Amino acid sequence: MAKLLAVTIVVIAILSAIPIIRNTWHPLPDVSAHGQAIDDQLSETMWEAGISFLASQIILAWFIWRYSGNRPGEKTKTFPGGATGLVAAAVILVGVEVFALGIFGVKAWANIYFTPPGADAMPVQVQAGQFAFYFRYTGPDGTFGAIHPEMLSEANQNFYGIDTDHDSDAKDDIVTAEMAVPVNREIRLLMHSKDVSHSFYVPALRIHQDFVPGLDLQIHFTATKVGRYEIVCSQLCGLGHYNMKAYLSVLSQDDFDAWLKKQAALQ
Amino acid sequence: MHDTSTHAAAHHGPPTSFIRKHVFSLDHKVIGKQYYGLGLVAVIIGMVLSWVMRIHLAWTAYPIPGLHLLSGTGAPGNVMTPEFYLQVMTMHATFMVFFVLTVVPFAAFGNFFLPIHTGAEDMPFPHFNMMSFWTTFVAFCVMLLSFFVGDGPTLGGWTQYAPLSAVGAVAGPGQGSGVIIWATSIAIFCVGQLFGALNFIPNVLDLRCKGMSMWRLPMPTWAWFITSCMGLTSFSVLMPACILLILDHVAGTSFFVASNLVINDQLQPHSGGSTLLWQHLFWFFGHPEVYIAIVPGMGIVSHVLITNMRKPMLSHRVLVYSMGALAVLSYMVYGHHMFVSGMNPFSSLVFSFPTLLITIPSTVIVLVWIGSLYGAKLRINAASLFALGFISMFITGGVSGFFLAQPSIQILLHATYFVVAHFHFTMAIAALFGIFSGTYFWFPKMWGRMMNDNLGKLHFWLTFIGVYAIFMPMHYLGLAGNVRRYQAFVVDYMQPLVGVHQFITIAALFTGAVQLIFIYNFIHSRFWGEPAPENPWQGTSLEWSVPSPPPHDNFGGKHPVVYHDPYQYGVQSSTGDYLMQDSPEQVKGAQDEP
Amino acid sequence: MATTIHEPPKVEERRLPGRGSPGNGDFRNLVPSDGKLPAVQDYAPAPAKTGIWVVLAAIAMSFAAFTSALIVRQGSAMDWHHLVLPRILYLNTLVLLASSVTLEIARRRVAVFMTGARTLDLSPARWLYVTLCLGLVFVAGQYAAWQQLRSEGLYLATNPASSFFYLLTAIHAMHVLGGLVGLTYVMRKLYRVVLRRSTLDTFSYYWHFMGILWVYLLLLLWMKL
Repeated sequence: MAKLLAVTIVVIAILSAIPIIRNTWHPLPDVSAHGQAIDDQLSETMWEAGISFLASQIILAWFIWRYSGNRPGEKTKTFPGGATGLVAAAVILVGVEVFALGIFGVKAWANIYFTPPGADAMPVQVQAGQFAFYFRYTGPDGTFGAIHPEMLSEANQNFYGIDTDHDSDAKDDIVTAEMAVPVNREIRLLMHSKDVSHSFYVPALRIHQDFVPGLDLQIHFTATKVGRYEIVCSQLCGLGHYNMKAYLSVLSQDDFDAWLKKQAALQ
Repeated sequence: MHDTSTHAAAHHGPPTSFIRKHVFSLDHKVIGKQYYGLGLVAVIIGMVLSWVMRIHLAWTAYPIPGLHLLSGTGAPGNVMTPEFYLQVMTMHATFMVFFVLTVVPFAAFGNFFLPIHTGAEDMPFPHFNMMSFWTTFVAFCVMLLSFFVGDGPTLGGWTQYAPLSAVGAVAGPGQGSGVIIWATSIAIFCVGQLFGALNFIPNVLDLRCKGMSMWRLPMPTWAWFITSCMGLTSFSVLMPACILLILDHVAGTSFFVASNLVINDQLQPHSGGSTLLWQHLFWFFGHPEVYIAIVPGMGIVSHVLITNMRKPMLSHRVLVYSMGALAVLSYMVYGHHMFVSGMNPFSSLVFSFPTLLITIPSTVIVLVWIGSLYGAKLRINAASLFALGFISMFITGGVSGFFLAQPSIQILLHATYFVVAHFHFTMAIAALFGIFSGTYFWFPKMWGRMMNDNLGKLHFWLTFIGVYAIFMPMHYLGLAGNVRRYQAFVVDYMQPLVGVHQFITIAALFTGAVQLIFIYNFIHSRFWGEPAPENPWQGTSLEWSVPSPPPHDNFGGKHPVVYHDPYQYGVQSSTGDYLMQDSPEQVKGAQDEP
Repeated sequence: MATTIHEPPKVEERRLPGRGSPGNGDFRNLVPSDGKLPAVQDYAPAPAKTGIWVVLAAIAMSFAAFTSALIVRQGSAMDWHHLVLPRILYLNTLVLLASSVTLEIARRRVAVFMTGARTLDLSPARWLYVTLCLGLVFVAGQYAAWQQLRSEGLYLATNPASSFFYLLTAIHAMHVLGGLVGLTYVMRKLYRVVLRRSTLDTFSYYWHFMGILWVYLLLLLWMKL
């Protein structure tokens, strides 16, 4: 039965690896300027984790196969390297391996979080609430109107709580339910939550950031490929969590201008 | 007035009435079995809840017969509402994490065997020990209660992120009374576990029998000792967090609720609270909790494997040091749960390195296990199969940790099924395999009867294949960006993945059904199993030197004296290839450092 | 392989300290050595003493958690209002510290008795009474402090500073009350002439810790609120 277990472990390990090797399931194709570093990091890690996984399962299986049963006349033996050897192996192989990963990973992380957005980045605000995203563009004046939480009302279609009557900054703000950005243009995304924690997860853009109620965060990205992608909420926010999503259209500059004009007309 | 040096508490005589014997018992063995029973009830509840979730995920519109029994309003026409799915999910996690994975490997086995392993006749404070169980039981009942009040249990997930959990009923069904009940139950649970630590730690430090130096303690006892130190320092942080959460609900304070939140068009009356504060407090508890679930399993698996390999591990000390390192590091890595949650991105990097560092002690433990298999004479029985399965599961769960330790990769994988797969393999399934291994191994000692080994092996095979079929595909789902905690997949790119979910559901139903074999085996063996001999597995530690089940004071009035390291196997002694810890015999080749 | 079997060494019953007993620092795990087995000396303090350290560690961790909550909450707050601590707190501090002193006097008296004096006058009990009274005075003083805040219109939910003030002082006061229950237990034992010294010691650890904790809390509240 030990031999059967050994075979089973090997078979399971190999079966598990096949979809990974064949790339049956994979992240959505990257359309961001910064995503390549993350993808490289992922495949690097996949190699190291995959090899560790297969090697340790196979060695485990081999030892189970080889050293099971009461073999009369044979004495129990000790692993030649001893515990010291194994500790050294763990520290050197795994320690170096994961630390190398960690250090290379810093670059991918720093690309996103430690580089400030360019001065000409286009500001877009996203507001998350149960259970929808709303987006806001500055309009021609380049500034957002202030948010007045007490005026915020879904019933009155004032999704952002802006005072279009008295606030000159707010007058030309464009609020939309869908996000559109021009291709190859850096976007400065201002994240605001109106109620609880949410998350802004765009797998294709390699962007994932939680909304923190009471703390407005800012991230920036550049989309490099025209297309229509999905924004989903990944932070449990209540009963409609599964249904909290929005589309992100990456448009050419001309199409974007036309789209924005159309949205402005709808306000 | 006189300072009698006798410790009165440890001297209680055998009880005679039914209530003192089986209900409010002071005997650590009875308390251990009570914990085991509680865990068994909780695991059945948790498993049934997971079936309901899985069926709903795979066939969202399909009615599940009898579901209305769980909730009058949550399942009109036996089809789950979105909120009821989240409530079931929250309760599944809560029951499993607190009342199964903490209770069984640590509190149940620990209570039964730790005093025997140390050579003590009972825990140092039996009354606190009894209260430990009964407070935990009250916590369990309070948690169950939430199914029957108002709009049902909380839907906020076992992590209960504020402000969703802190603003009250306006945030959704179950977020009012449900959260209060949840937080109350967990706070009570914390008290129960602190009572447990209060017994475990002094027992190990002070009540060891003659000759039982710290290094002569068997592996599980080391593991329970380390775990109780972790429990002591983490449950005592969760309890204040729960108190703050309850105050935000009932007293109108604003610890976790920020200003100017608008929910359902109502401006919330709170101001200035910190959203991330709850996450910091919770995960400071939450990450050590993961190790509270898994470290006892490591101890149990080492113990079972050594006995069945007929040779000691390569190094007892390295294993103990590694478990200790896991415990210490577990407090420094909790931030990896919050890489993208709005914490300072620099902190994410700071937390990422200890997280990567924690792979080293984990790898050392796995390598020592595998390296110790070399040259063994491995016996195959249900207990050792589950122990080997544990190693395989732990490896699988461990390597996915490589991904999740890195902030940059968490941009892709955070809050996806990849995380679900990772923590189920490590803390849930591996810990369950540890529980099963311990059950098959210790059942003869706990209940005085042998379990049916063939049924146990069958249980192992079906479970082993079943859990890989359930949780391996979740990695692929996570890579494809499938977000967790969704009750249906309406997002375009997730819809092609529903087929994978259906596969997982079938595997989960199959694996769950297989557990009936275990339950049958357990109940049948409990009453009609073969009577167990004193030492059925030719083990060496002290629990095998006493009758099965052990008498009231464990050692029948004798004072055990220990002469050897816990695992003297592969030697030639008068008893065979092993030497009991309490045997005064001296044998050449025995490793006997004090 | 040659094996040698030794006679099991004779363990003299009377050399064993009481079963399950901790003794106060005796070497209870001494293996009777027949010259061949390595002797193991293992120092084992009283489980009650270890136990109280476990309890104190749990309480300390809880208050550490509250402290970090206070610091994080203050750091993120736009709504922090400075809170002037009621004067009576300083008086309460003196009362609590005095109760530690009286407890220590009682403990010394017991210690003198333990060294051989065969008769015990009940003066330790008197000092324990004083400790009990001082403890009650402290809790009453805390109550007066809450009353004073209430009269200023500061309630639990008024602002974060008052939330933390009520929370920390109330939880500390609850622990002090718990200590007073423990003290009545100790006194009951004393009257029944079965008080173990370790019980009194354990209690005094707890009580002194309450004093230290209070001083810490007072400093924290004074600096942060």
